[in-house]
Amino acid sequence: MVNWQDVRLHVVTGKGGTGKTTVAAALALALAAQGRRVLLVEVEGRQGIAGLFDIAPLPYEERKVAVAPEGGDVYALAIDPQDAVLEYLEMYYRLGRAGKALDRMGALEFATTIAPGLRDVLMTGKTYEAARRRGSGGGFAYDAIVMDAPPTGRITRFLNVNEEVTELTRMGPINRQADSIMTLFRSSATLVHVVTVLEEMPVQETADGIAELRGARLPVGAVIVNQVRPSPLTSAALADAQAGRVDTAALRAGIVTGDLADLPNMSDDVVDSWAQGLAREVVQHAERMSLEQEQSDRLRELELPMLELPRLTGGIDLGSLYTLADELRAQGVHGFEGRRVP
Amino acid sequence: MTSLTTGRGRQPRTFDVDAMLDDPARRIIVCCGSGGVGKTTTAAALALRAAERGRRSVVLTIDPARRLAQSMGLHELDNSPRAVVGVDEAGGGSLDAMMLDMKRTFDEVVTAHATPEKAAAVLDNPFYQALSTSFAGTQEYMAMEKLGQLRSQDSWDLIVVDTPPSRSALDFLDAPARLGSFLDGRLIRVLTAPARAGGRMGFRFVQAGLGVFTNALSKVLGGDLLRDVQTFVGALDSMFGGFRERAEQTYALLQNPETTFVVVAAPEPDALREASYFVERLAGDGMPLGGLVLNRVHTSEVPTLTAEQSISGADHLTGSPEHEFAAAALLLHAERMRVMERERRFAKRFSTAHPSVSVVDVPAFSSDVHDLDGLREVGSYLAKKA
Repeated sequence: MVNWQDVRLHVVTGKGGTGKTTVAAALALALAAQGRRVLLVEVEGRQGIAGLFDIAPLPYEERKVAVAPEGGDVYALAIDPQDAVLEYLEMYYRLGRAGKALDRMGALEFATTIAPGLRDVLMTGKTYEAARRRGSGGGFAYDAIVMDAPPTGRITRFLNVNEEVTELTRMGPINRQADSIMTLFRSSATLVHVVTVLEEMPVQETADGIAELRGARLPVGAVIVNQVRPSPLTSAALADAQAGRVDTAALRAGIVTGDLADLPNMSDDVVDSWAQGLAREVVQHAERMSLEQEQSDRLRELELPMLELPRLTGGIDLGSLYTLADELRAQGVHGFEGRRVP
Repeated sequence: MTSLTTGRGRQPRTFDVDAMLDDPARRIIVCCGSGGVGKTTTAAALALRAAERGRRSVVLTIDPARRLAQSMGLHELDNSPRAVVGVDEAGGGSLDAMMLDMKRTFDEVVTAHATPEKAAAVLDNPFYQALSTSFAGTQEYMAMEKLGQLRSQDSWDLIVVDTPPSRSALDFLDAPARLGSFLDGRLIRVLTAPARAGGRMGFRFVQAGLGVFTNALSKVLGGDLLRDVQTFVGALDSMFGGFRERAEQTYALLQNPETTFVVVAAPEPDALREASYFVERLAGDGMPLGGLVLNRVHTSEVPTLTAEQSISGADHLTGSPEHEFAAAALLLHAERMRVMERERRFAKRFSTAHPSVSVVDVPAFSSDVHDLDGLREVGSYLAKKA
């Protein structure tokens, strides 16, 4: 069980292809359940959130995208780097005319497409602004922010970019801003969750990424194991198959009793070859399960809370996001305790 | 199999990988695709297969998995090719491998294009140091730069290139041009304007623009950083031609008939969508496409037993303890058939949209490939000889 009641910023990272965006969306739904407001932030410019929630591409503005279980709102924001620069300049420096001049000279393009350091500053800056923004009632505008963050290989550099900024600038408004962002990111109000699947490379990257995050004093939350497949086999049958022992006769009997096909017209040879084929599939499955077990043991050595999400065979749609959110809630994920909307 | 028409719609042509590898006119193979689809493994398997079929080949990897890198004798600080041990060289071929060191490649470009004093000034500049390690597109630009270097060295029959694990496969093609246009862009011209624009008619305009611009930048960034940037730009000035020219040359190399692109994807919607974009882009830019490698395709040992049959069979068997095992095996089989069916649907969608693209499937392995034998096995699937 996890206790994330005081966490305001959830950063979700993971190797490409592990389902990071899906998990971030499900986490936002789970945290928003029972009347809370959660903002899901996308920083990679892929419009993955719009795709998941099956809506038109998100503009650069916060939009309600879903209603959470038992009431509650999920808003989403896809941060557009160039708009974020202009907004940032306007907000902090009131650079109306100069901002336009920067745009004309290609400085915005420079800042956002060429130098990812600056891009990262803007993404983290905008997220920070949303996390500390106050609503009309004086409380926080959002109970939590969930960030669909860059992949594990880049996450530490991304979150740490403001550390570099403080070193580069030494003083001035940018320096102060960068310093406040680092303070939030290193505080107990922030958690970085790593999504993985039970395969060798993603698990290795998870371990490496967590070591890096810890080295940079960034708070690591949970390892979220995605696409977990429970085995339909009993553990005894699994152990037998792992040792290469499969009861092919039982499979043959099952094919006959289960009335699988047009049996009267099937030759014994075909039934035999089906039984042998199924036996090979059972062995392959057992091999994969034992490799997954190995990877699961490696993750356990990280000594972090582990959450598991099932593999959904039909692919991911809006309905399955709710299924995953319910799984997270069943494993103890729920929102900010301080606020409950009647 | 050549484009047959069957009752179930046209099958894609099979990608003849060996013909591509054996063609002496083929000097460069570029493996592209979105992240996490097995590009590096495919590149290494192609290079190894080419080597063992008699070609002197080299593979340029970007970010190999640790164990795969170790098995090829690659160590992190290498930035030049080394012979891979354990390759069958009976056919007269050989395999070298290298892993790209982005920063070092950038440093080498600077050193090659400037006087020693200027190079030293650039390499010491804090702004350059940040740029050379974290510039978006630097990895792509440097991968292309390295490819250009390897090609001009002319020591190999075949160069196989893995591309950086970017979000979009197109980044590999676009990033160098972006970097080039930045170096040639208005921003740089304005920053360097005081040095260049003296005596020109437009000077006052430039100066006025520059005033607003530098004031804004100083306000935001503080004076020190701006001075660093200006020093950097000044020092880099003499190299711009060099950078841009090289980026253009390498890009032209990619359009040359001696180059072939291999697009790698997994049978999933996102990866295939990226593959589609890429294929369209290659066609638009007149770049030669070899074919699509569809990685991690699920297969079945009992392809004639459908998912529906297995599920109904498992239903029949539930409740009788002596058939518990058979019922579980049938459920496993049903899941596998469903996954395969989904994958086939996605693959078919791609082939319908791109009927001229030839395709080869590589099955899903139960564990990651991390030795030469594993690469050989992938190679034989690629060549349909498994």
